[in-house]
Amino acid sequence: MKWLALAGLAVLLVLPAALSSYATTIFILIFFYGFLGQAWNVVGGYAGQLSAGHAAFVGIGGYTAALLSNELGLTPWLGMFVGAALATVLGALVGYLGFRFGLRGFYFVLLTVAFAEVCRILVSNIDAVGGALGLYITFTGNPRQFQFQDPRAYYYLALGFMLLATGVAAVIERRRFGMYLSAIREDETACEALGVNTFKYKMLAMLVSSFLTGLGGTFYAFYLFSLQPATVFGIPLSVEIVIRPVIGGAGTLVGPILGSFILTPLAEVSRYYFGQSGLHGAHLIVYGALLVTVVLFLPQGAYPFLRRLFAGQSRSAP
Amino acid sequence: MAVGLTLIFGVMRVVNFAHGDMMVWGMYLALMLSTRVGLDPYVSFVVCAAALFGLGVVVQRGLVDRIIDAPHEMQILLMLGLALVLENLALVAFGPEPVRVRSPLSAATLWIGPLYVDVARLVTFAVALVLTLGLYLFLFRTELGRLIRASADNTYGAQVIGADVRRIYAAAFGIGAACVGAAGALVSPILPFQPPSGLSLSVASFNIVIIGGMGSLLGAFVGGLLVSVAESLGAVFLKPSLKELFSFSLLIVILLFRPAGLFGKRAS
Repeated sequence: MKWLALAGLAVLLVLPAALSSYATTIFILIFFYGFLGQAWNVVGGYAGQLSAGHAAFVGIGGYTAALLSNELGLTPWLGMFVGAALATVLGALVGYLGFRFGLRGFYFVLLTVAFAEVCRILVSNIDAVGGALGLYITFTGNPRQFQFQDPRAYYYLALGFMLLATGVAAVIERRRFGMYLSAIREDETACEALGVNTFKYKMLAMLVSSFLTGLGGTFYAFYLFSLQPATVFGIPLSVEIVIRPVIGGAGTLVGPILGSFILTPLAEVSRYYFGQSGLHGAHLIVYGALLVTVVLFLPQGAYPFLRRLFAGQSRSAP
Repeated sequence: MAVGLTLIFGVMRVVNFAHGDMMVWGMYLALMLSTRVGLDPYVSFVVCAAALFGLGVVVQRGLVDRIIDAPHEMQILLMLGLALVLENLALVAFGPEPVRVRSPLSAATLWIGPLYVDVARLVTFAVALVLTLGLYLFLFRTELGRLIRASADNTYGAQVIGADVRRIYAAAFGIGAACVGAAGALVSPILPFQPPSGLSLSVASFNIVIIGGMGSLLGAFVGGLLVSVAESLGAVFLKPSLKELFSFSLLIVILLFRPAGLFGKRAS
């Protein structure tokens, strides 16, 4: 498994030399969504706290870095961390309220949605941050401004982000912290009864997750050069973030990456072809159908299924 | 429509994220009936309700039934997938332009004393009131209604006394969906709609249901009133684009302090 991962990484490192610019774009998106999915995975997968408002963290991170860069000339390389810190503040708020008041399952989902929506509405009504029109970033191509002429720079950057999040998740998974999170996901009440401070661990997971997601916001802003409240704070982006780890296998290290490798090219290619024939939105039908199928037939996601398949042993699902 | 959602959630503890999209399908059905057959939405809502009843039963039998015992998260994801499919099928089928159903009533207005009343809204409100009342009577006065409430209260107990819980679920989901279909047709002359409306409608109805109380009909009705009053006041005193802020803030407060809602019986 380890060798397979290393071999895959080596291929990805030399791959840009052989890719067309369109294929490079697709890979950038795969890595970026893989990164966001992995960040979500920390709280949504391992800890099983289904957050459907992660777009808010992307939005806050991206807006902060873009504003700092536009207004104060602060380089996004630093602004990125300010944005991530602010995203963590929101994460702390949502987590504190949600976990302190013991909201579980559906109620927690709604709370995260509500907070993301409040952020969206506020941002689209504050003219100082661009209002409903959003923010635009002038392209300078200056690497110090997190801007690059060569799309391959974004490729390696996105790959780096994905590896960073995966590294963080791997560290968490190996430690006691990760065990606690899985235990909370499986049976929170039993966990509490055993004396685990579930609040503390869920909170920590939320902080890590929102910080990482906030970092991703900066990449989003300086890759696309524009931010609209409806897209970066909206529910559809949250869905994009959630759907990859779920399809790949939530709560596993490989899941979000596998999910992104399955879904992102599928989405982009079908968006392109259906878009050409005027069928906008058809790629989302594919998404939806895939999500329904996975929930019904592979509730643990594709990765655990593949692993069982290759291991050749028929373990019964827990 | 919140009434439909509360029935589905209350009985089966299934969270229907596809709610708004089902409603949008009801609206488009009303539109087609109005343009092709010339049926007024205030008549065709019966047809829409029947059609959505069918859709609801199929969804319940084909999808939800399989994972009824799975954790909430899986059901949320399932319905989210269904919502994506429904919304974008509508987008492919009907295109992205906002549309509105024409009804002779929507142009008519009425003066009641000093009040200037839109007849279409008045009729919609009246029909919604009658439907809610009818549903209430159905749930509390008929055998099937009692069985639905019994299964909601204690699924195991209902099975013990010989109720066919799966059939009851299908009926409840169907009736819930039918309410949505009727609601969709009824508001189609008032509210311009387009396929992506489904999402905001779903979110709005969740607001209403949570604020009013999950599984309580009265709560759904009062929640609906509360949310619209809060949003209208917000629109009057601040910017109209800020009005949703009020319902979401209200939602957060209720979630934290009374997660069962104002009229809910118990926290879950």
